[in-house]
Amino acid sequence: MHKVIITVLGKDTVGILAKVCTYLSNNKVNILDISQTIVDGYFNMMMVADFNDADKDFYLISDELKQIGEEIGVDIRAQKAAIFDKMHRI
Amino acid sequence: MLDIREVIETNKMIMENNLDVRTITMGISLLDCKGSTVSELCDSIYERITTKAKDLVKVGRDIEKELGIPIVNKRISITPIALVGGRVCETSDDFVSICKTLDKAAHEVGVNFIGGYSALVSKGMTKADELLIRSIPEALASTERICSSVVVGSTKTGINMDAVRLMGEVIKETAVKTKDNDSLGCAKLVVLCNAPDDNPFMAGAFHGVTEEDAIINVGVSGPGVVKSAIANVKGESFEVLCETIKKTAFKITRVGQLVAQEASKRLGVPFGIIDLSLAPTPAVGDSVGEVLEEIGLEYAGAPGTTAALAMLNDQVKKGGIMASSYVGGLSGAFIPVSEDQRMIDAAECGALTLEKLEAMTCVCSVGLDMIAIPGDTKESTISGIIADEMALGMVNQKTTAVRLIPVIGKGVGEQAVFGGLLGYAPIMPVNNYSCDDFIARKGRIPAPIHSFKN
Repeated sequence: MHKVIITVLGKDTVGILAKVCTYLSNNKVNILDISQTIVDGYFNMMMVADFNDADKDFYLISDELKQIGEEIGVDIRAQKAAIFDKMHRI
Repeated sequence: MLDIREVIETNKMIMENNLDVRTITMGISLLDCKGSTVSELCDSIYERITTKAKDLVKVGRDIEKELGIPIVNKRISITPIALVGGRVCETSDDFVSICKTLDKAAHEVGVNFIGGYSALVSKGMTKADELLIRSIPEALASTERICSSVVVGSTKTGINMDAVRLMGEVIKETAVKTKDNDSLGCAKLVVLCNAPDDNPFMAGAFHGVTEEDAIINVGVSGPGVVKSAIANVKGESFEVLCETIKKTAFKITRVGQLVAQEASKRLGVPFGIIDLSLAPTPAVGDSVGEVLEEIGLEYAGAPGTTAALAMLNDQVKKGGIMASSYVGGLSGAFIPVSEDQRMIDAAECGALTLEKLEAMTCVCSVGLDMIAIPGDTKESTISGIIADEMALGMVNQKTTAVRLIPVIGKGVGEQAVFGGLLGYAPIMPVNNYSCDDFIARKGRIPAPIHSFKN
C-alpha cells in the first residue's frame, strides 16, 4: 500500500475537512483514518491516506493540496508515512 | 497505527527546529579512470562523474518532497586526486586542469561541492602528492565547487611535519589568491589527522581507497531539535539530560537512515554509512553553541564547556548508533565557528578563544573549523596551530582537522563574510610567539606509543 500522511495545520475554520476530502475523493485517494487535536490554539488534523489508486502522481497531489491550503489559510502537507514510522517505531 | 502526536512531533522538528538531512554524498572511485595524457584523463574523470551521479540531485529532491524533509546538500566525494593524477601529471598546472574538470562536472550534475582534491601524506609525500599540494592555491582560486583536503598525520604513522610546514604556506597562498572574497579559498581547504574514508561532510570528504566503486553516505544534522528537547528538561539531573539527548539523536538518525536507504535503492548504489554529526548552520536555532547554552553555560567557551561538549557528543553517538545499520564518517558534534551563530557571538564577545576551541576538539569531531584569523599571521604560526591539532588527533586516536582562514587585509575586531552555509566569522586573535625553529625542522614526528596511557 502506498500510505501517505496528510496533515493540516492552522486556524480552525468551517469546511477544511470538506474541501480536503472532496479533493481527495475526486482524485481517487482513499482515506483510511482521520484524527484531529488542538495544540497551542492551532488546529491539527492528520489523515492516513492510501494513494494506490490515485489518478495523479504523488508530487502533483502534494502541490495541489498545498495550494488548497493556501486558499483557505492553512498549511497542508502530504508526506509518505515512512518518515513517521521510521522515527517512532523500532 | 501512527498517533497524531507523533506526526506533530516530527513535523515540529522539521518546521520549527530546522531538522534536515545535511547531505547525501555519493562517493565515486576514480581509480580506474584511464588516459595517457592529462586531457584524456580529464575526459575519463568527467565521464565517470557525470554518468554515476547524473540522477543524484533529482533523487535527492524527490525524496525531499516525498518525506517532507529538507535535504540541504547533494554532494560527491572522489578518490584523492593525487592518486588518480599521479601517472600523468608532471606539473602543478596539470593538477589544476583536473580540478577545473571536476568543477565542470559539479556544475553539470548540479551538486554544490565535490570533495577529494586531496593528498594522503600522513607518513611521506610522493612527487605527485607534492605537486597536488602545491597546486591547491591556484586550483581553489580558479574553481568554485571543489573542496581540497590533505591528510598529514595518523595515530599509526605519526605526523608528517614536512607536509605540516608546506600546508602553512599553502593555506597562506590560498588566502592571498582569494583575498578579494575574504580569502574564501581557505574555507574549502582542510588539513586532517586520522581522516575517515567515508566522510560525507565537506571540506574533508574524499572517497577512500578502501571503498567500493560507488557508495551513498548521508550526514544528518539537528542541533535545533536537540536544543528544543533539552529546553524541556531544564534543571533536571544529568541522567534525564543524557536520556533526552540520546532519544532525540535516535529520532534524528532514523530519518537519515531512511533517506540513505531510499537514495541507495533509487540510485542503484550501495548504502555506505550515516554520519551522526550535529552539524550547525548560521540560521538562528540551528546551533551547537545554543545547545551548550541550554545545557547550562552562559556562552560556549565558559568553564565547563569541554565537559558539556564531551557529554553531548557521547550521547549523540549512543542514541544514533542503534538508529542506523552502519555508522561512520566523523560522527560527533561539529563546532565550526563561522557556521554557528552562537559560536560567532561567543567568539565576538571574547568568551570563546582559539585555545578553548582546541581543548574542545579533544572531545568532539572535528577540529579547529572555519576560524578566521588575522591575514598577517605567519605561515609558520599556521603550521604550528596545525601541528598542535594533529597531535591531539594522533594521541587520542580520533579525527582532527584544521580549517583556518587567514583573512588577507583584515585583523582582529573585523569580520570575514563567506555567505551561505559558510556564514561569517569574527577574526580571532592568534598567539604570535614564534614557533619558527620548531616548524623548520625536517622529517616527521614518530607515531606515539599505544600503551602506558596517561
